[in-house]
Amino acid sequence: MPKDRQKRVRNFSIIAHIDHGKSTLADRLIEKTGLLTEREMKDQILDNMDLERERGITIKLQTTRLIYKAKDGEEYILNLIDTPGHVDFNYEVSRSLAACEGALLVVDAAQGVEAQTLANVYLALEQDLEIIPVINKIDLPSARPEEVKREIEDVIGLDCADAPMISAKEGLNIEDVLESIVKKIPAPTGDINAPLKALIFDSYYDNYKGVITYIRVVEGNIKPGMKIKMMATGKTFEVSEVGIFAPGQVPVKELNAGDVGYVAASIKNVRDARVGDTITDAQNPTEKPLPGYKKVTPMVYCGVYPAEGEDYNNVKDALEKLQVNDAALVFEPETSAALGFGFRCGFLGLLHMEIIQERLEREFNLNIVTTAPSVIYKIMKKDGEMLTIQNPTNLPLVAEIEYMEEPIVEASIMTPTDYVGAVMELCQSRRGTFKNMEYLDQSRVVMHYDLPLNEVIYDFFDALKSKTKGYASFDYELKGYQKSDLVKLDILINKELVDAFSIIVHRDKAYERARSIVEKLKEVIPRHLFAVPIQAAIGSKVIARETIKALRKDVLAKCYGGDVSRKKKLLQKQKEGKKRMRQLGNVEVPQEAFLAVLKFDDK
Amino acid sequence: MNELLGIYIHIPFCVSKCFYCDFNSYTDKSYIIKDYIKYLKKEIDLYSVELKDYKVKTIFIGGGTPSSIDSKFLCDIVNHIYKKFNLSTLIEFTVEANPKTLDKYKLKDYKNLGINRMSLGLQSFNDKLLKSIGRIHTARDFLESYDLIRKFGFDNVNVDVMFNLPGQTIKDVIDTLKKVIALKPEHISFYSLKIEEGTLFYKLYNESRLDLPDEDTERDMYHKGIELLEDNNFIHYEISNFAKHGYECKHNLIYWNVKPYLGLGLSAHSNINSKRWSNFRNFKQYFKCLDNGRLPIEENEEIDVEMEMAEFMILGLRLIKGIEKLDFKKRFGLNVDDIYGMQLRSLENKGLIENKEEYIKLTKRGIDLSNLVFMELLP
Repeated sequence: MPKDRQKRVRNFSIIAHIDHGKSTLADRLIEKTGLLTEREMKDQILDNMDLERERGITIKLQTTRLIYKAKDGEEYILNLIDTPGHVDFNYEVSRSLAACEGALLVVDAAQGVEAQTLANVYLALEQDLEIIPVINKIDLPSARPEEVKREIEDVIGLDCADAPMISAKEGLNIEDVLESIVKKIPAPTGDINAPLKALIFDSYYDNYKGVITYIRVVEGNIKPGMKIKMMATGKTFEVSEVGIFAPGQVPVKELNAGDVGYVAASIKNVRDARVGDTITDAQNPTEKPLPGYKKVTPMVYCGVYPAEGEDYNNVKDALEKLQVNDAALVFEPETSAALGFGFRCGFLGLLHMEIIQERLEREFNLNIVTTAPSVIYKIMKKDGEMLTIQNPTNLPLVAEIEYMEEPIVEASIMTPTDYVGAVMELCQSRRGTFKNMEYLDQSRVVMHYDLPLNEVIYDFFDALKSKTKGYASFDYELKGYQKSDLVKLDILINKELVDAFSIIVHRDKAYERARSIVEKLKEVIPRHLFAVPIQAAIGSKVIARETIKALRKDVLAKCYGGDVSRKKKLLQKQKEGKKRMRQLGNVEVPQEAFLAVLKFDDK
Repeated sequence: MNELLGIYIHIPFCVSKCFYCDFNSYTDKSYIIKDYIKYLKKEIDLYSVELKDYKVKTIFIGGGTPSSIDSKFLCDIVNHIYKKFNLSTLIEFTVEANPKTLDKYKLKDYKNLGINRMSLGLQSFNDKLLKSIGRIHTARDFLESYDLIRKFGFDNVNVDVMFNLPGQTIKDVIDTLKKVIALKPEHISFYSLKIEEGTLFYKLYNESRLDLPDEDTERDMYHKGIELLEDNNFIHYEISNFAKHGYECKHNLIYWNVKPYLGLGLSAHSNINSKRWSNFRNFKQYFKCLDNGRLPIEENEEIDVEMEMAEFMILGLRLIKGIEKLDFKKRFGLNVDDIYGMQLRSLENKGLIENKEEYIKLTKRGIDLSNLVFMELLP
């Protein structure tokens, strides 16, 4: 009987570029299979964090079981495993894909193939998945479905003859998608009687049940009461509940090979149930874990400080809570002369960093200050010691350094040919090394560059978008480390070094960055009673300087009977603004000054 | 009892709106004047009962442009006030006027009403500048009005002058002041233009289409203006106000000394007995309240002792002579240095105030940066 059941299971993902309509299609599939009525669906139920819905991106995975009665009369169990759509979460994408036999590749009929689409297709191909192209948004006036089909065939090599042509938004031809899933994606195989072997493709912390792991059972079966072992961490737990996503969690008696579901086992921290790890039966373990487990490591670091010192413990609590749910987030306490007590946090990438910052502010109502992001540098000291640092402040004295290395990424940038020049210019200005360029068709190319990661994290994405009017897309992967002529750039305000502003830059870029920072700071720091010099220096050598002139006037010329209440309010507001400033020596610096150094104008 | 009171009456009508003005005033509502006067009288009736223990020390009719409306309306209101309030102690009665809105009939009426001080808006002697800030008169119009006022025997006249105007130079400011001084007015208000929200200038400013003098020039205008006025025996007695000895505006001093005043009319503000309140800003609500026999109050603010002390300080420090420590002690029963010791020390160290045995005053720098001082003194 279970074997029979396995034949009617289909496990699949949807892969797409941001905005190409992945979440909308997922909604339609759920709706079509009658899981929820339209009214029950809070548009796009799969993206269920506020932040995700707002940004139109998926951060945490969601998984749903659909029951579909196909045209052949059989009832099929379709497990939709959602994937995050961003390069920062590549590893998570690859694990979700590993839990599937097939994937829908959703391509916007107007936009065509994008860099991220390609990246995800390659991930899917690596997992040997059956890929079904789906042309979405055919209702748009600018849709060019035939061209896009040809593009998919040319660029990716997928046959598009039978590709469903849909509009997820309008609910057009959704049935075709469901039929393709049933017909084209193979049913899972896997011995139900073999020892348990299950892949964790996501996990999150639940206040009542502990960590809930999302799994794909590859072999054997799993049920409550069983002792299980995490093969990478070696930890053992007792299963308290297993279940399926219908789409809410519904407990079942057992999960068998081929099934997708969840497991609760009183696990205290997501670190103990890492994505990519293999679960097995502790008493009757499988021989080899599933391939591909990788401990995720942060690539980008920044300091996170409470805007008000007394919030230190609240920030700590919030980070701990986020970390329980996010195995990729790391943090440790650090202190800054300028900002006081805070934390150095590590992230997968810039988006991950922004998301954590926003969640701290929104979900935990914290006012935080972040320092400029930094990558991990390797420092070879003259005494032979090798250091890795993620905080520029910790850089040893120049005299002690033999050489420094910085991380390099392989970047692929897809752009309409019109912007090739602009992209080249940008990449060159960011110390990129051109590798090669492929024509996707007459109008679009993929350009491959090696770029230092420290240039990428410095507003590269925004610059790329603005230089290509939003048409280019971008993807990157860590390549390795490379020796580089790096220097530490310090900022002095009123002759005092402000550690939170220090950054590590390539020597050739130092002057330009220095100018940009001192000019920005001059704009955002208010005038004081005295003139305030702002200097940028390498070691003791000042390479850029601006002076904020002393304040000469701050007076309300008129104040009569009708003005008193209003003027008091103005003064009160001014006073509150002053309170929110950071006191650096004698100088008051607004919080936004710390943001100002992150943004760069590519003039 | 018999405390002294200042009365302010708002006349929210103008011939046209100046580009910098954010006062509550209308140019297209002359049909409503008659009704407005009727309702003002109702408001006077209500307050005359409530404030029967007060004697009126000063009256100030402002606007808008009070001189722009038919003087029979002013007569109507003023006579009503004479009927309803005790004016035995009235020492100063001001009306604001703009050039081109005055004539001998109006001035004769004003004189008969007991008005003894005229405040005339000039702003600049440069006709081009006048036009560019939305004034409807020329320098010549001003001179005519000024002469007429003097002819009717008004011996206490204020002239409003503005600086920091778009396109204005220091020379222009000094030129204007010299010409005003030559006319020998008793009082000169000398203001820096401030861009207020909701004005045409605000819009232009945000579109970077307003060529304002830079901050250094603005302060030079102010400092050079002060110097010139003081050289001509004008006493600089408030941040923006100058008077010949004994001619300081008694009504405005009530505001700065935090003494009781009653505001009548649209959007007028009052401060009596540790309460501040303001009237509705539109006719409809103002009329409706009075129809129902209620005071047309839109906002109320209770002033606790802490706030009253702060107001005493920040309004009192607008006066160049500063605040008398003895006055503070008399009013609050406490020593000012005990209350604001820390703030005063820090402000003194920054060179913004002088803290002496008997008084506290702003320094020259402190006048330019008075908001920094006031901010510290607010609770």
